[in-house]
Amino acid sequence: MSEQLPGPYFGPYGGRFVPEALIAALDQLSAAHESAKADPAFAAELGRLAANYSGRPTPLTEVPRFATRAGGARVFLKREDLAHTGSHKINNVLGQALLTKRLGKSRVIAETGAGQHGVATATAAALMGLECVVYMGLEDTKRQALNVARMRLLGAEVISVATGSKTLKDAINEALRDWVANVADTNYVFGTAAGPHPFPAMVRDFQAVIGREAKEQILSQVGRLPDAAAACVGGGSNSIGLFTAFLEDLDVGLYGFEAGGGGVASGRHAATLTAGSPGALHGAKSYLLQDADGQTIESHSISAGLDYPGVGPQHSWLKDSGRAHYRPVDDAAAMDAFSWLSRSEGIMPAIESAHALAGAMDLGVELGPEATILVCLSGRGDKDVETAARWFNL
Amino acid sequence: MNAVRFRPVGPDDADDALAAGDAPAEQASAGRAPGPQAGAAGAIDRARSQGRAALMAYLPCGFPSLRASIDACQALIRGGVDLIELGLPYSDPVMDGPIIGEAVTAALEAGFRVADVFEATAELAPTGVPIEVMTYYNPVFRRGEERFAADLAAAGGAGLVTPDLIPEESGAWVAAADRFGLDKIFLVAPSSPEARLRLTANACRGFTYATSTMGVTGLRASLSELARPLVERTRAAGAENVCVGVGVSTADQAAEVASFADGVIVGSAFVKRLAADQDLEGFAADLRAAVAR
Repeated sequence: MSEQLPGPYFGPYGGRFVPEALIAALDQLSAAHESAKADPAFAAELGRLAANYSGRPTPLTEVPRFATRAGGARVFLKREDLAHTGSHKINNVLGQALLTKRLGKSRVIAETGAGQHGVATATAAALMGLECVVYMGLEDTKRQALNVARMRLLGAEVISVATGSKTLKDAINEALRDWVANVADTNYVFGTAAGPHPFPAMVRDFQAVIGREAKEQILSQVGRLPDAAAACVGGGSNSIGLFTAFLEDLDVGLYGFEAGGGGVASGRHAATLTAGSPGALHGAKSYLLQDADGQTIESHSISAGLDYPGVGPQHSWLKDSGRAHYRPVDDAAAMDAFSWLSRSEGIMPAIESAHALAGAMDLGVELGPEATILVCLSGRGDKDVETAARWFNL
Repeated sequence: MNAVRFRPVGPDDADDALAAGDAPAEQASAGRAPGPQAGAAGAIDRARSQGRAALMAYLPCGFPSLRASIDACQALIRGGVDLIELGLPYSDPVMDGPIIGEAVTAALEAGFRVADVFEATAELAPTGVPIEVMTYYNPVFRRGEERFAADLAAAGGAGLVTPDLIPEESGAWVAAADRFGLDKIFLVAPSSPEARLRLTANACRGFTYATSTMGVTGLRASLSELARPLVERTRAAGAENVCVGVGVSTADQAAEVASFADGVIVGSAFVKRLAADQDLEGFAADLRAAVAR
């Protein structure tokens, strides 16, 4: 399994459900990705950037005070919050920006929800001298004004998308429209392990460094593999990046925590794998939130980065095959974990990552004090201070 | 609506439609209609016999209301269009620019349901003008390709235009379309290499839809220079009928396309007029005059 699953299909999921106009570009990108994978010079360049620019390897931190509310299990955090730009997103964009140069293209476009992928793309574009345009839903530009300013300071153009529900899914639609029109000189730097082939496999391959490092680190610190590996799942890039290293280690339980919003029963959530059904959205077959007619249903979450009605196709396959387990974590539980990690360990997580922390707290109680749980702390919480201050009435 | 029925395409040839399922495309359309050809190919042939290109008009179902969209299609038919492309409003229309995007959003907000497309088709089909439903893939997948095809055939629809479905991903839809004798209209683009043009031309029944430009639906000041060479390459790849859409909105542009393609597809210009409550029949008649080379 793992990185050998090349796409386009993951069981019945994946594929390329996009206009014909994009197929030639997707073929070109697939070929560039394949040739880069086989090219030691590409790996060396990406490795150099990871070490000297992103700050990899990121640490693995044991959090015993936090773990007192996780059934006494040993909990280790993979610290993607300490990577440059503040989240795991940099791993993927550096890879895709290098591919853009390999393709001889001079312009990148990206979609962003919370702004983390947009900031990371703007950062990579600045580093490599590429023109950068980021599409962001109008609602999100209002919610995440700080990240809009960061992208503009980095030299990117931010286009506010006022179509449809004016959120991440509409930003993706608008980026796809831009790509159709400008595919000759433009590469679409997709932010998550979803979308048409080759994005799910390619983004996974660039994020797999998370699990590779974490596996080595936990073996060295604990002397054995963890009982569980946990991560939050929106589109699913940090989680697939963590899971990939452990797919064949069947004793390691894989747990993805989705945004339960106001509770799955309320209908206001982003728990695609828990409450969705198979369909085709944004270029791939996968689980999605849809009505009886196949119209996409708007998602809801306190975390803009998880507020997406789709999910990457490999996660759909991992769910159906039973290799990974997906559970919803509602806003209140995530915010409680946000607060608890901040106070117990002095680490302020992104609200996205707080969903994984809340899930791990329950998992620790289930698995007991003998268990070791590895959690991907996908990002830091600086961007969420305003949301948290409102939530806690500070 | 759930009953699986076969569309009788002529008084005695319902069995031919069934038999066509296993036959290659050319034989299928021949076998399906011993008399005048049904579906898009028939409309194109009739126009050709009059020495002109076919005029095809797109409007979204349910915009501004189901009733008004049916009435608007009837006005287009009175104005002389040879084929209606009836849009199925979808929440994430990645191929569409702002004019059609806003119209389908309005249709969804006004309560459009997929079943409305079959209702509108059933009302329009007796005019004899083929009704091709233009739909993104997910509403078809969600209903089930087989059930969607059965419902469309029962309503008298001619087939589907599928802007986000490429032949490689279309197995279930192709099987259902073949079973019900429906047109399968896939798109080619200026970026399509020869091998993909052959693949797509071979997969189509009715016509091959050539997008004139690299971009989304909408009005353009002039016809893309990419349109004519794409039509020529698509013909060379084996397509019998090639029709051009995306970025064709004026009588002059329609006349230009008619000089090298088998059909001219106009969408956003009609939608814009409908949204502004302007005369559709007269504009359709102007375009119809323009496609008579």
